[in-house]
Parts: sequence; structure tokens; C-alpha cells
Amino acid sequence: MSEVAILNPTTSRGLNTNTTPVAPLLDADRKPLTKKEVSADHPTWCPGCGDFAVLALYFKLIERRKLHHEKITTVAGIGCSSRFPYFVQAHGAHYIHGRALPFASGVSLSRPDLQVCVFGGDGDAFSIGGNHFTHTARKNVRLTYVVMDNSVYGLTKNQTSPTSPIGFKSKTDIWGSKDRPINPIKQAISAGATFVARTTATNPNHVLAMMEAAMDHDGFSFIQCLSECVEFYPGAFDAATPRKGGVFNEISKEHDVTDEYAAYKLADTAWPGLFGVYYKTERPTKNANEQSIITDLQGKSAGLEPWQILKKNFDRMK
Amino acid sequence: MSTAASPQSSPKISKISEAVIRIAGNSQDGIQAIGGFLARLAGRSEQEVMTFMTIPSTISGGPSIFQVRIGSGEVLSAGDEADMLLAFYDHSYKAHLGSLKKGGIVIYDSDHMKAEDIPAENLTQYRHVGVAISSLTVEAIGGTGRDKGKNVFSLGLLAKMFDLNVTKLTRLLTERFTGKDPKVAETALNAFNAGYNYQLASAPELFQFNPGENVGLSQVVMSGNEALAYGLIAAGVRFGAGYPITPWTDIMELLRRELPKYGGSFQQCEDEIASISMAIGASWGGRVAVTGSSGPGISLKTEALGWAVMAEMPLIVVDVQRGGPSTGMPTSIEQSDLNIACFGGHGDSPRVVIGTSSVEDCFYTAIEAVNIARKYSTPVVILTDQGIATRIEAFKEPDLQKIVQDISPDLTPVTDHKPYDLSAPDGITRHLAPGTRIASGKYPVVTGLEHDELGHPTGSAKLHVQMVAKRRNKLKKLASELPVPTVYGPAEGQILLVSWGSSQGPVQEAVKLARAAGHAVSSVHIKYVNPLPPGLENIFAGFSHVFVVELNDEGFAGIGQMGALIRTYIPDAKIRGITKTDGLTWKVKDIVDRALQMAK
Repeated sequence: MSEVAILNPTTSRGLNTNTTPVAPLLDADRKPLTKKEVSADHPTWCPGCGDFAVLALYFKLIERRKLHHEKITTVAGIGCSSRFPYFVQAHGAHYIHGRALPFASGVSLSRPDLQVCVFGGDGDAFSIGGNHFTHTARKNVRLTYVVMDNSVYGLTKNQTSPTSPIGFKSKTDIWGSKDRPINPIKQAISAGATFVARTTATNPNHVLAMMEAAMDHDGFSFIQCLSECVEFYPGAFDAATPRKGGVFNEISKEHDVTDEYAAYKLADTAWPGLFGVYYKTERPTKNANEQSIITDLQGKSAGLEPWQILKKNFDRMK
Repeated sequence: MSTAASPQSSPKISKISEAVIRIAGNSQDGIQAIGGFLARLAGRSEQEVMTFMTIPSTISGGPSIFQVRIGSGEVLSAGDEADMLLAFYDHSYKAHLGSLKKGGIVIYDSDHMKAEDIPAENLTQYRHVGVAISSLTVEAIGGTGRDKGKNVFSLGLLAKMFDLNVTKLTRLLTERFTGKDPKVAETALNAFNAGYNYQLASAPELFQFNPGENVGLSQVVMSGNEALAYGLIAAGVRFGAGYPITPWTDIMELLRRELPKYGGSFQQCEDEIASISMAIGASWGGRVAVTGSSGPGISLKTEALGWAVMAEMPLIVVDVQRGGPSTGMPTSIEQSDLNIACFGGHGDSPRVVIGTSSVEDCFYTAIEAVNIARKYSTPVVILTDQGIATRIEAFKEPDLQKIVQDISPDLTPVTDHKPYDLSAPDGITRHLAPGTRIASGKYPVVTGLEHDELGHPTGSAKLHVQMVAKRRNKLKKLASELPVPTVYGPAEGQILLVSWGSSQGPVQEAVKLARAAGHAVSSVHIKYVNPLPPGLENIFAGFSHVFVVELNDEGFAGIGQMGALIRTYIPDAKIRGITKTDGLTWKVKDIVDRALQMAK
């Protein structure tokens, strides 16, 4: 009923008593990170897993883009591929199943200075996290989302995933899956993603090119990266791997990446489909939209301290 | 029949120190607006005020009431019985006459109710005043607003009846209705004046308040949800996320509207899970963020809340309790979320839970919750309820210059850092915001898996034991630092009433009532629900009976949720529960009657 004893306010660091500050470093004095510096725990993936390639290429991206440790934030949900943040020597978060995107959105929207990269699998993205995929795409939150799609639940050892093809035999579909799989590219385009690309872990140069293009995109950039599960769905993507007798067909240079309908149509190309950027458009990001509201409202209370802004409201409630 | 315009002399004027006025009608009648004006007037007149409101859960229409208790002294509850009832319809009259004190005054709209239809026994028990509210309003402001404006007309009637400060009321009306069209304010003033100047010669009595006690005090008037939201802003919170659900929604609406002024933002998400996840992401970003909900929304958030416990992430979760389970009673008051707030989720997941006891308390609790979340690196659940959320009270204007905090993240580089340092002297986890350079080149990870000191996953049973204990012990440390609750009334006696959350006011009033009747009753209020504060055992020792008063079910064990929680700390059979689930706030007399009955 009365004023409580309020702890003395200090900045957050004031409460971080077990850290010692050090002098800042000028960016110019810093060398690009080496693979050794940017790798952390040894990956827990099975030998031969497609995810190793994606991780290696993420390191390469960091090196090539001269990103520093502290500016990279790696976020993931739950699944084999979602162990990703442990393997990267940077601030990382391993969140709950299916919810990496809203977590990452909270980071992106509250900390516009950070590069936010989200990694996950097909179950995480399109099954338990399906709702978030749609809404993060339509809001165009500025972050990069790489879905390492192996078309099977690997961590729980071989159940049908939302991208498993019809006829796929798993422990939950011993007769072969009957459900129509999700087409991630069509899903992303119809949800309103502003950058949609497809690649495969067996083509490293292409993966890196897609990651770089995604990172340069101002908005929600989505990459579907086929990544084979050698344990539970071996050979899933042989049809897209030339050294296994498949074909790696890139999207024609003639394709207009801003043409939504053309992109949607391309996404229906017969298996193993096409690789490259399907769709890319410029639309104000959620981050920019929020910033414009802030700029607008802050303009009206320019020069006022936070307590004075609050006081104006309280004065109206007298 | 007192409405007959008999040529009597002016009614007598009685001096009063408090009055309970209940206004009953339909939800579109603007009843809350009259209540709001009366509350703000009381605030400006340095008087105490407390309101009580019921809103139908239907989209439009349906009966609605607003009760205002205005007093020159301390007002602890919205009042058991009304001194005056203002009934807009026949159904409002019938439903609420029972809430009127015997001998109380009822003003009814004679356009909707005929005097001859009033049963004779009602006329002997209550004093009736019929006023053609609807037609007089139309007469005053023109033909279009048959339903609009009669609330303001009625406010005029009440102003006359209680000799309210017309200058201040006129100013409030002008402030409220001055918008794009100046005619709106003019119309409102016309309606008000028509009500005020109506010849209340038929009124049996007129009233005048004694001067308020809070002389010279600058008061603000707002609802509990508003106070909570402004408290979060004052605490330095700049990011939040939520999903609409009654009665939490107006907190998110307010934060959405206000936060950008401070450079922050509030996000409406696709669902409850996304909203807590976004808030946790922002908290990890370096500044404590807020999410909140009511009823089923809280259930949906529990998995993510468990992650915040495991990763030891500061976070504020506001739970505006309503009747449950499931969709339950969305617009009714209940305190039945204590268990989910304290224990919801799988695994051992200790977290902090704090209750709010009044509108003013909502403001300060929000700030304290933020500071506890930061200091102990923990999620904090603020348990408020539908009653406090919607009611309006006046309280002393906070010293904002002193109170408003800056909690911007500090990104100064450090040499090395282990967030889950097991050898930290205070045993508390500290996170560094992403963007902070760590010179050693070893970066921490936050995770829902059991982890080592750097946040990397571990299957080690030894580390699990250590980390479980760490998460428990930091909050035991908090518990040991909490203030010992103070006893309201003498420290020894027959009965001790224990309150938490919004039952504090009615319980303290029950103590006053019982003591006035010669009973040795005291009370103690528990603000910190989880972990419980120290010293309760000593306090309980001074009484033969300890009754925990709460708005929830007595359960299989015959004791409410807080009662059961207290019993796990102090297993004493003299601790029993006084509970109810009728969806309404406590009536002071009921508490006293039940306590005395149980102590027999």
C-alpha cells in the first residue's frame, strides 16, 4: 500500500560484479577471425552429416565478412542442427523447440546493432514452429534464417518430418508417409518473406553465396539448405548431388527475383528442384517500421528526460 | 411515495465522511466514465477513493456496474453495501437493490420504470427518487442521443446530491471531452448542468463530505493495470511482447502506445508462446523485458518460463488473474493462479512471484520486480488480478525524478566471463549482453539444457546437482533478504488473518470491524509469494488461529493455494483457509463472520 524499498538503480553492469572491464579495441586494429578462433565445442553430429558443411561455411562467412565475435549472435531451437550455437565461438542462444524465431526477433528488434543468425531444422521450422515462421516472415524482421532440411526427425531417431516425401518410411510411418509434405519455398513466399533461397550442403560455394546474399538483405532472409541425415535418411538428396549421379540445377539468370508468382511457380519444379535465389524484394522491415514510430513519438518529446515524459502522463491523471 | 413533487422545504444536508455509490446499467451507458470522473474528482479533492467495476464478457451490451467509495479517511475496500444506487433500468434496479444499505437512497430512471410497479416492501426499506433521466437528457442535449449523455446528466445529479466541487468537475469534463469537435464538450457540459440544476426537491436528503485528510497531497488517479504498466516504464523496461487476452490487454495497449516515446517498443505477437519468447530474447539482449497474460495464456507460456529459469534470464511476466480453469470466468476476479505462477512447468524451476495489493502497489511492485529480476538474474511473475486491474484509485503522486531508472545494457568489454560461475561469492549468475567483447575469446551460450559455468551443455550429474542448487540457493538468498511482514493490529490475539494480493484491503478492514466489536483479530499481508518471507512462524505463534483469506478453491485438502504453500513451510494445523470462488471481491463482513465462526 505504500512505497516499497526500491533497490538503488544502477546500470546493468553495476550488477555484474564478477566481471572486470577492459579497454575498448578499435575495429581497425582487429584482424578477421580465424576458423580456430570462431569454433567452440566439437560438433555432436554423426560423421557424414550435412550440417558440418553448413557450420564450416558459417565460419567462412564470418571470416570473409570480418565479423567480430561480439557482433554475431547465433540462435537456434531444438533438433540436431539446432545444436549449432554451441559450435560457434560467439554469443549464442539455444532456445526451446520451434521458438527460435520469436526469440531472435526479440534480439533483433531490441538490439539493432547485432547481426542475428538463426539455424534450425525442418521440424523446428515448419512443424512446431510453423506459426512463427509465417509471422516472422510477414513482419519482415531483420534476421537470417537457415533451415537445414534433412526431411526427417533425427534427434529423436527417425520419425516423419513435415518435409518428408510421400512414401517415406519412418518409425511413425512404417507403411510410408501419406501426408503431403510442405514446400518450404512456397511457404516462405506466401508468408511474405522478402528473401527466399534454396541451396544444398553438398555445394559449399553455393551455400556461401546464398549466405552472403542473405546477410546483405535488409529484412527476413530465408535459406532452405538441404542437409543429408546419413543415419536416418541416407541418400535423400542424391538426386541433387552430381557426384552421386544427380543434377544441381540453378535458377536461370533470366528469372526475375522480384516476381512473386514466377518464384512460386519455380518452386514447383520437379524433384530435386532448382537452387538459387527464388525471390527477393524490398519492403520496410519491422525494425525500420518500429524505428519510425519511435522517431515520430520521440520528436514530440524532444529534450525531455524519461521521468519528464512520464510526468506529463501523470499530470493528465490528476 | 417520495417522488411526488410535494411542496416540501429543501431537503436537509448531512455531513458525511464517506459514501459508497453504485451505478448500474448496461455496458454501453458510459457507467465507467461516471465512475472515472468521480474517482478523479476525489483524487483532486484530496480524498481517498476506491472503485469496483464489473464488465460483462460479451462484446457489447449486457449489465455493467461501477461502484465508487469516496472517503475523507483511509479507504481499504470498495465497500460491502452501497449508500446510494443509481439504476438506469428496471433490470439494474432489481439486480442491485440488494446491495443497497437499508434506508439507502435509490435513484431510478422513471422513463424505464414506473413508480407504481415498485413493490411496497421496497418502499419501506429504501428511499426512492425517480428522475426521468433519459428524457431529461434528450431535452438538454437534443434529440439524437437517447442513450448517450445520460451518464453525464447523472453525474450532474450526483454532484448536486453530494455537493461535489462543480468547478473541478466542469474542468474534468472539459479536459475529457475537448477534442476535434468543440461541440462535444459543450454538449457534455449541457448534460451535466441539466442534471445538476434538476430540482432535487424530492430528494430525502443531501450530503456534504467532510474535508479530505490528504490535504496538500498531489494525487494521481488511475487503474491498477495503468499503474503496473507505468511502473514498468519507470523501472526502465523498454521492450515487451504480448498477445491480447482479458484482463491483461490494456497493459499491452498502454505499453505499445507509450514505449516508443522512450525509444522502446512493444510487440503484439502471433501467440502467447511467441510473446514470451520475444521478451526473453530482448532480455538476453541486455535489458529486462516484459510479457504478460491472463488465464490460458499463462499456461501457454510455462515452457518458455522454464527456459528462463534454466538459463537464469531476467524477465517480467505479468499475470492478471481471472477465473479459471480454461477460459473460465474471463471478467471475474480470482486468485487461483498462485500455483501455476510458483510451480507451473516441468522440472524443479524456482522463480520469484510477487503479488499486488492495490493500485498504488502495482506501480511500485513493477519497479521492485524489475530490480529483483536484474539482481538475482531470474524471471519474476507479478500476480495481479482482475479486480485491481480494472479498479481506479487515487494515490500520492510518485516522485518520478527520483524513481525513474535507467537500466540500459552496458557493453564495456571484459577480460573473461563465466555467467554460471559456481564460485561467485554471492552465488548469483550474471549475463553479459551480446555485443560485449570478451578479451579471452571465450563466449558464453545460454541454453535450456543443463550446462557448465560457460553455458555449454553437460550430462554431468555432479554439475546438474550443483546447478539445481545454485538456482535454488540464489532465491533462498533473496528470501533471507526480504523484510519480515508487519502485523496489522496487535502482535498477539485469537485470530490472525493472512492476506496476499488484493485481499489486503478487505482483510485490514475486517480487522478494524472485528476489533471494534471486541474480537482479538489482527492480520498480516504477504507481498512476496514465492519464496515466502522470513519470520512468519514467529508471527503465527502469537495467535490461536491463522486463517489465510484468498479468492480460490479450498481444494482436496480443504485449504486454498496460499494456505497450502504456507503449510509446506510451517506444517501447523492451526493454519486454515477462508476461500471463495464467486468471482467477486471480498465483503468485509463475510470475512469477519467466517473467521469468528471457524474460531468457535
